[in-house]
Parts: sequence; structure tokens; C-alpha cells
Amino acid sequence: MAIIEARGLARTFKSRKRTVEAVRGVDLTVSEGEIVGFLGPNGAGKTTTLRMLTTLLKPTAGMAMVAGADLLSNPLEVRKKIGYVPQAIGETMGGTDPSCLVIEELLDQAALYRIGGTEARQRAERLIGQLELTGLEQRLVKTLSGGQRRRLEIALGLVHRPPLVFLDEPTTGLDPQSRSNLWEHITRLRSDLGTTVFLTTHYLEEADVLCDRVFIIDHGVIAAEGTPDELKRRISGDVVTLRVAGGDHGATVARKLLADHPVVREISAADGSLKLTVEHGEQALPALLRVLDAAGVTLESINLSRPTLDDVFLTLTGRSLRDDSPVGQVTAPEPESAAAGKE
Amino acid sequence: MSFIRDTMLVFRRQERLALRQPAWVIIGLTQPILYLALFGPLLKGLPGAALGGGGNAYRFFVPGLLIQLALFGSTFVGFAIISDWRSGVIERFRVTPVNRLAIMAGRVLRDVVTLVVQAAVLVVVGVAFGLRAPLPAVLIGFVFIMFVAIGLASVSYATGLLVKSEDAFAPLINTVVVPLLLLSGIFLPLTLGPGWLQGIARISPFRYIIDAMRQAYLGHYFNTIMIEGIAVAVGMAVLFLWLGSRVFVQENA
Repeated sequence: MAIIEARGLARTFKSRKRTVEAVRGVDLTVSEGEIVGFLGPNGAGKTTTLRMLTTLLKPTAGMAMVAGADLLSNPLEVRKKIGYVPQAIGETMGGTDPSCLVIEELLDQAALYRIGGTEARQRAERLIGQLELTGLEQRLVKTLSGGQRRRLEIALGLVHRPPLVFLDEPTTGLDPQSRSNLWEHITRLRSDLGTTVFLTTHYLEEADVLCDRVFIIDHGVIAAEGTPDELKRRISGDVVTLRVAGGDHGATVARKLLADHPVVREISAADGSLKLTVEHGEQALPALLRVLDAAGVTLESINLSRPTLDDVFLTLTGRSLRDDSPVGQVTAPEPESAAAGKE
Repeated sequence: MSFIRDTMLVFRRQERLALRQPAWVIIGLTQPILYLALFGPLLKGLPGAALGGGGNAYRFFVPGLLIQLALFGSTFVGFAIISDWRSGVIERFRVTPVNRLAIMAGRVLRDVVTLVVQAAVLVVVGVAFGLRAPLPAVLIGFVFIMFVAIGLASVSYATGLLVKSEDAFAPLINTVVVPLLLLSGIFLPLTLGPGWLQGIARISPFRYIIDAMRQAYLGHYFNTIMIEGIAVAVGMAVLFLWLGSRVFVQENA
């Protein structure tokens, strides 16, 4: 059953001088129990969509059912059913008051959902255990480490046991250890409680590891959706990176030679390297090398890699998720490369 | 009713946070007490007629200081909402089923309570300096500043939430508050000034409230000055509360 069903969700911001269409009609369906990733570069409409789905921003067009309630006509019912953990880095932070005690935040949050007394204390105690906050109950929020504070913020989003949780960039700013620790907690949310998780992330690795399904948003519309594997198969072939002797000139020559080759789907040259997207890379590679060899082009290195979500993203949006830099600065070989060599 | 329950919930949270930092309550009091100690004695030298009769300078001066306390104490509360917004607390509350107006109302209630405590201290100190005023007058004065605080705190929170920057908020508030304060006749009677000054001073709502409080301190509870003062105090509180609540209940913030 669908727990989120959005149709044509749109939001336009009007300022004195111009109108910005931040989100131009988003359709998405999320089933109960799914962990779904929402990816997009800054300014793609990711946060705006999330804010609409969580009743923080009124859509200018479209409709959505969220956790069984109509977003437009009954936002209060939506609020009762969802948990929301705001982004912790940026203009606003993750929602905890630095001068509050950990236990106060949990009990206040429970009270906001009309849970009080023994029940609230039991739930707080349980979340403290589950999210490894034991012993920190009487600590001020400002004395917590980044990872501890983030786990508290997630705990706050779960106090009322919502069937659906929105996590806005849950691991941004955390060290790798805290990040993988948090991934375990998120996975357990689904396995233990059957919670549906809708998360945004900048980390493709995170989407790859955590998410059943991924939506990619760009320029205010959903550019692609599917399981990470489907997306990789559908959009990118394998990526071949060739470093050509003779720098940029060499790369340009090589590009001309290969651009019209039947196996090549995408080609770009930057910094003396040529990046090709090809179908069945391991079979295509010998043919490509023969073409270059025949023309007397010398190669310094070859790298064949399986597509990553970053490649999918790059193909779709022309931008990298990681740092929003233009194509060319981000074409470094991926770590999970299948072959590398030097001629 | 959920609004009242939610308001009390927000109030208790804010009160708990305020009591954790009691220094601010005391700092807010130091300025009016300094005025009382270092400026009050100067007024004693003025002829009794200039101060509106009664012969007790503090009956004139203490109502003014109470308004000053309310004016500064309440208009600057918006600073706190900016940091709450920045820490994400406002957004976190807005995603819960809590009444959105209660997010403001609970804070305003905390500010009113804080102000009344400060005002009580100020009046006691005033008595030590020589203030002699009837008890009903003191209580009426408290009611007046409560209305002032309700209105100003609401508008301050709403402004803070709209401006979202301390750097813009402080000069904005100062630009509005200082002229209003000067035009209210807090330190010296406006009747000492030239006609044009008395003319512009009519635009300051606080002027009417102070005049009414001074009437009360002199033991005059029923006259047109008092009616004007009540009308202005209530009208201003209602208008500002309404403006503030619009910002808090709107869908997007």
C-alpha cells in the first residue's frame, strides 16, 4: 500500500522581481515499509519537496496523500503520523535546543504528541537505549558530540512511533564511523518497526547501501526513479576513462576518433582524460583501443569501472551530487574500478 | 482546549530554559534600577507642579521606568526566536500537531511572567527610594505593562521570525523603540517641552499608557486619561497579538 502518493506537487516562489519555480510537478509513490532515497543537487527542489510533504510549506499546485491523510485538507492529521528530522547542517540546524537536557528534549517532544507521564518516560528510556544515548540523559545538548546529537534528533522524530519518517540528510557532517553506525539504526527502523523511511542525501554511497528505491530530482521534476541497480543499468553503461598522452590536445584528437564509434554512448574530454560511457565495457574496450592504436594515439592509462550512482546522476543532470561542480572536475576514476593499467 | 494545553507546554519549556539562565532577568533589571538611583534624585529638585502634582517625584518616575522595562524587555525577545529558528527548534515544533499559535503564546506568557517579577522588584526598590503609591495603583500599573508586553513580545517574535537575522533585527528594533521611548515622557514630563514636541508625542501610544499609570499612582482611577490609557493598551495588545499570530499560524515560515 502506498504511504506517500504525490501528484503534480509544485511550488512557486514569488519575489518582487521574478518568479522561481522551485518544484514543477513532482509525482512520487512510496510503499509502506520502503526505504526511499531522494537525491538531487542543491537547488534541484529536494528540500522544497520535502518541506511540502512534511506540511512546512504549502504547495502551489498538485496534491498528495501522506500517511493516509490529505496533505492539503488535513495537514494536522499528517503531522500526527509523520516523524521529521531536519537537516543538521546549513542555515538551520537539526531541531535540538543547545540549552536543553537530553531527557527534557525527549519528554517535551512526547508531550507535543500528547504523550505524557509514565508512557513518555518509558518511550524516552527505550529510545535512549536504542539510539545509544545511555548515560547522556542529564547532559546539555550542547555538550554532545555531533553523532550523539544527531542520534538524539532522530530519537525525537521517533517518539510517537510514526509509520513514516522523513530524514533530511541524516548523516551529513558526521564522521564515517558515526555514519555507518547511523545506517544500522535506519535499517533497524524498518526491520524492527516496519517504519517507512524517506531520506534525502548527498552521499550516493548512502543511497546505494540503504535505499530500496531512489528518486532523482533535477530542475524541479523527477528525472528518474528505480532501485539503485536498475538506475545504473538503465542510464549508464560502463565507464571507460582513458588518459591520453599529449594532454588536452591528445584528448581532443582521441575524442574525435571515438565520438562516432557505435559502442560509445557518451563522451567527454577534460584535463587530458577522456571519459566514455559504453555498453558492455569489457567487450568494447579492445575495439576502442584498436581505433586509437591505428591512429597512433598513445595512452598513459586505462580505467574501466562499473557505473556508480554518481555516474547515473552525472548522466541525468550534468552535475555531480557530491559538490555540484560541473562535469570535468569530477571525473576521477571510481574506487571500485574493474581494471587499470599502463601501456 | 488544545490551544491552552499547548501554550502551557511551550510556557513550561521556555520558563525552564529561562530559569537556567537567570542572569538575563537580572541584567534586564539593572538599567531601570540605575535610572531610579542615579536619575530619580534629579527629579526631586523639580517643582512639584511640573511633575503633575502630588509632590512625590517617584509617583511620576516609577510608572515611566516600568514602561521602559516593558518596552526594552519585550521588544528584544525576538532575538531568542531567531536562535530557536536557527537551531531548527521552530521547524521541529511546526511539524508536530502542536497548535502553531501556542508556539508564540507560550513564549509571550513566559515574557509576561518575567516582566511582572522584574516590575515587582523595581517597585520595591522604588519604595526604598521614597515611592509612596496606593497598592491598587501598583497593581493597575502591572496590568498596563502586561498588556504592553503581550503586544510588543508578539510583534517582536513575529519580526524576528520574518527577519531571521540578529544583525538586521537589533537596528530595526532600536530605530522603532528609541523614538517611541523619547516621545513617551518617561524621564521628564512632556509638558515641559515646546508645543511642537507635545504635538508629535501624541503619536506614541506609550505616552497614553504612562499618563494613565501616573493618574493611578496619584490615586485618580476614573477619568478620561485613564479611559484613553486603557483603550490604547488593550487596542495595541490586540492588534499586535493579531499581527504576530498571523506570522506564526501561516503555512509557510
